[in-house]
Amino acid sequence: MLDDFFIRALLAGLGVAIVTGPLGCFVIWRRLSYFGDTLAHSALLGVTLAYTMEFNIAFSVFIISSLIALILIQLQKRTNLPGDALLGLLAHSSLAVGLVVIGFLTFIRFDIMGLLFGDILAVTVDDLLIIWVGGPLILLVLKLIWKPLFASTVNYELAEAEGLNPDRAKAIFTILMAGIIAISIKMVGLLLITGMLIIPAAMARNISDSPQKMVVYSIIGGVLSVILGLFSSLEFNTSSGPSIIAAALFLFILSLLNIKQSIKLKN
Amino acid sequence: MNTNQNILVKLKEAGFRINDKWLVKGVTLQIEKGKIVTLIGPNGSGKSTTAKIALGIYKKIDGEVEKYTNKVGYVPQKISVDWTLPLRVSDFMTLTENLKAEAINEALSLTGVIHLKDKNLGDLSGGEFQRVLLARAISKKPELLVLDEPVQGVDFTGEIALYELIKKISDELNCGILLISHDLHTVMSATDHVVCLNGHVCCSGTPIDVAKNNEYKALFGEQASQILTRYQHKHDHIHTDEGEIKKN
Repeated sequence: MLDDFFIRALLAGLGVAIVTGPLGCFVIWRRLSYFGDTLAHSALLGVTLAYTMEFNIAFSVFIISSLIALILIQLQKRTNLPGDALLGLLAHSSLAVGLVVIGFLTFIRFDIMGLLFGDILAVTVDDLLIIWVGGPLILLVLKLIWKPLFASTVNYELAEAEGLNPDRAKAIFTILMAGIIAISIKMVGLLLITGMLIIPAAMARNISDSPQKMVVYSIIGGVLSVILGLFSSLEFNTSSGPSIIAAALFLFILSLLNIKQSIKLKN
Repeated sequence: MNTNQNILVKLKEAGFRINDKWLVKGVTLQIEKGKIVTLIGPNGSGKSTTAKIALGIYKKIDGEVEKYTNKVGYVPQKISVDWTLPLRVSDFMTLTENLKAEAINEALSLTGVIHLKDKNLGDLSGGEFQRVLLARAISKKPELLVLDEPVQGVDFTGEIALYELIKKISDELNCGILLISHDLHTVMSATDHVVCLNGHVCCSGTPIDVAKNNEYKALFGEQASQILTRYQHKHDHIHTDEGEIKKN
């Protein structure tokens, strides 16, 4: 069964969607979409590293993304530049450096489109293993830090005053973000990973009234996007990443319609 | 180190500064079980900063803080909850601790907002939200309660009831309370110890001591001093005959 590329892609996509659901909620709540973008852009550098050193791609992307997150924290401490400027600086310079490095590696044939937008054909059994081991691991850790992370998302000082150690939770969350980018890069590509994090969660926000519900709906939204997106990508011969994100957008629009209807009912 | 078992937090010459600007300095105070310590002082005198030092929110401080409890309930002065979060009152109640439904209901009933339990936090009025904040802080049955202007925006009758509740909680849970308030009338009746701040401790002691203090008079004016002493007089009366006062 795993011999079929489509089954592999589907399994990989579902594994990714289950993890991006809850992480995406935090990305929205903590206003981290730019941060996610920055980590994703730096992933290209991780990919080139993987090729030159013959590492596993997910592993080297994880290392580079974590490194970029660390650099960001240091820059925030040492400069007076606003956060979004620092994020832009890191995102585009790491992307540029990644592309320059690729230029030097003429002996390797890169599928740039696949890197940027995802490639279902490229999902191997090894990738599946990484997704289905790494993904549940990320979820487990997220569950462990849920209380301090969520409390400090609502109010940092409350969490700190009542002894929850929000700084540690934030640091661990950053590592989890690097982790999800590492395992999902092959599915949706580095330009679209943040979309996978944000759009299902944004859809979920429209239809939920509690954080738990939002997490559940976000997972369901992600799973549906993957199924819908992959089948249409097979049907219309389009790239997997954009197809999945377009499907997520479709669900988001549906969730907006739902709100309008309920407002009409109320009036 | 802790010779007195009742001490929950102890500040010794504590201060906090951002760059070279001192927000507050040289604060010495202690909070004991079952006692209410009230911080008073004008705007910008360092009341909230002192509370945050005591809570351990500010880490790079001057002087010493010794905290002997981790069961803390905190009502901050300002709280800006981000409405990108779908958050009901009942979700907010379990923010820092997992509570049983009975404990949540009890606390919300005490502060008079049980009917708002399933409402979205963003839909509450200022006063309602303040009551929810107080309910959340007391629901975990803390040893130390830090209340930074806990009744701001609450209606007049509610204000009196909430102050009575705070005193009741201090007695029933035997918890120590650090209270910040502008309302000299209401607070003083229940306070054991007053610390008057103005960037530093300008005077401290029992309410009656502080009211007589010249620095306090200079800071708040003669009238405020009269309010306090008058209140203190009433307070004496409550102690001699509690049942009768309730009729008043």
